[in-house]
Amino acid sequence: MKNLTPRQRTRIYVVSMYTLAAAIALFVGFAADWERIGRNFFNTEIMRDMFPDVILIAARNTIIYTALSFTIGLVLALMLALMRLSSIGPFRAFAIAYIELFRGLPALITLIFIGFGIPLAFRWSIPGGTLGAGSVGLAIVAGAYMAETIRAGIEAVPKGQTEAARSLGMSKSRTMFSIILPQAFRIIIPPLTNELVLLIKDTSLFFVLGSTPGSKELTKFSRDFMNSAKNATPLTVAAIVYLIITLPLTFLVRRLEKSAAKAR
Amino acid sequence: MNDTTFDGPAIAVRDLHKSFDELEVLKGIDFHVDAGEVVCVIGPSGSGKSTLLRCINRLEESQSGQILIEGEDITHPDADVDKLRTRIGMVFQQFNLFPHLTVLKNLTIGPTGVLKRDKSEAADYAREMLNRVGLADKIDAYPSHLSGGQQQRVAIARALCMQPDMMLFDEPTSALDPELIGEVLDVMRSLADEGMTMMIVTHEISFAHEVADRVVFMDGGVVVEEGSPADVLDNPQTDRAKQFLRQLDEH
Repeated sequence: MKNLTPRQRTRIYVVSMYTLAAAIALFVGFAADWERIGRNFFNTEIMRDMFPDVILIAARNTIIYTALSFTIGLVLALMLALMRLSSIGPFRAFAIAYIELFRGLPALITLIFIGFGIPLAFRWSIPGGTLGAGSVGLAIVAGAYMAETIRAGIEAVPKGQTEAARSLGMSKSRTMFSIILPQAFRIIIPPLTNELVLLIKDTSLFFVLGSTPGSKELTKFSRDFMNSAKNATPLTVAAIVYLIITLPLTFLVRRLEKSAAKAR
Repeated sequence: MNDTTFDGPAIAVRDLHKSFDELEVLKGIDFHVDAGEVVCVIGPSGSGKSTLLRCINRLEESQSGQILIEGEDITHPDADVDKLRTRIGMVFQQFNLFPHLTVLKNLTIGPTGVLKRDKSEAADYAREMLNRVGLADKIDAYPSHLSGGQQQRVAIARALCMQPDMMLFDEPTSALDPELIGEVLDVMRSLADEGMTMMIVTHEISFAHEVADRVVFMDGGVVVEEGSPADVLDNPQTDRAKQFLRQLDEH
């Protein structure tokens, strides 16, 4: 080995790694019970049975829950971010407490609290059933995360922008809404889109709130389908549908980040 | 310009003190700019000249002293700072155009949003001001598509669109490539010729010589010397001013 050139050494390393990978692939290919895998995870008959409900009910609900959670969460987050940056002490303290609390808790706890805790305590529940309670619960959590994103965006806008706006006689709030926030949101579109992808996946937590046949989202729908069909294929279908929704968004984020990097 | 005629100085600063934490940067400044006067403030970096300018429209808070804008104390707790600022045009070293708005929007956002001018009227005036700085063809461009010199001319036009009584310039050419400085100075020269009240913090000594009615030399947070350009720039009396001007000459 000693009298090999660095280049030869690299070549030996690469060739042996490829050989190893090929060996593992061959072993898995022969050893695996393809018939059983196919029957249990890729059963076309069960797949066919899932349509069109998996799209028209489950995927549709997932998207509706996500959209509602994101919208409410964004409004909450904007208010929290402005409070976090406020010159009024109690506002700041509240925003910090809120953000730390809901970022520190499992989203599931918040959902259960909203869905069962509040109705138990006050004999009142958020209207809209699963949709209402779940969306508000997720929005409360997402708001905490997005508040920090928005704050970072606001702080990323150069100080000179505020100075120029105030020099024109604009008030603090006009400066914030017509000069700072439009620039801040441009900066934070990629991280906000990431937050949206996280939310899509988090709607799977809605199962704790119970469901009717019409309110099931993708995860609950496919889990129930799995139980009644005694077969894991519905999970595969759910996974594929999730990816169809999330992958384009993830690619979009990457493109936005690239173009943002170029613009600077 | 302003309806009420005020015959005192446009800007009058009295015994102004300003500290950043422990560091005292303005140690009792007395300073004024008369209406229609062009005053250039020169001095080494850290002399407090930019801080003085930024105190005048209260981008910096001073600790004691008075700043009268046409007789109204902008440092007074009850002062309507936003309203006073509409009378003071400000031009920054870094231009600070709004990058998410077109040139036209940059020029009209103040007049329509703050002064409540009619939209088309504001746009007409913006066109006029753009013409004046020689950039009428850039009206729909975004700031990032303009050169530094063009951005600074737009910034001057933006300030002019508020129809201010006076203009403050904070080292307006310091961030520019040498070949772009001239076009900005030309615009400023024409403003001075038209009688605009101007306070200019600058390192452009020959420009100050040509345009200023009065030159103020600051160092260490105090006004060290002031007088006509010929007095201060050609025949400085203090050692500090002599040394500063000699150093500039060497560059």
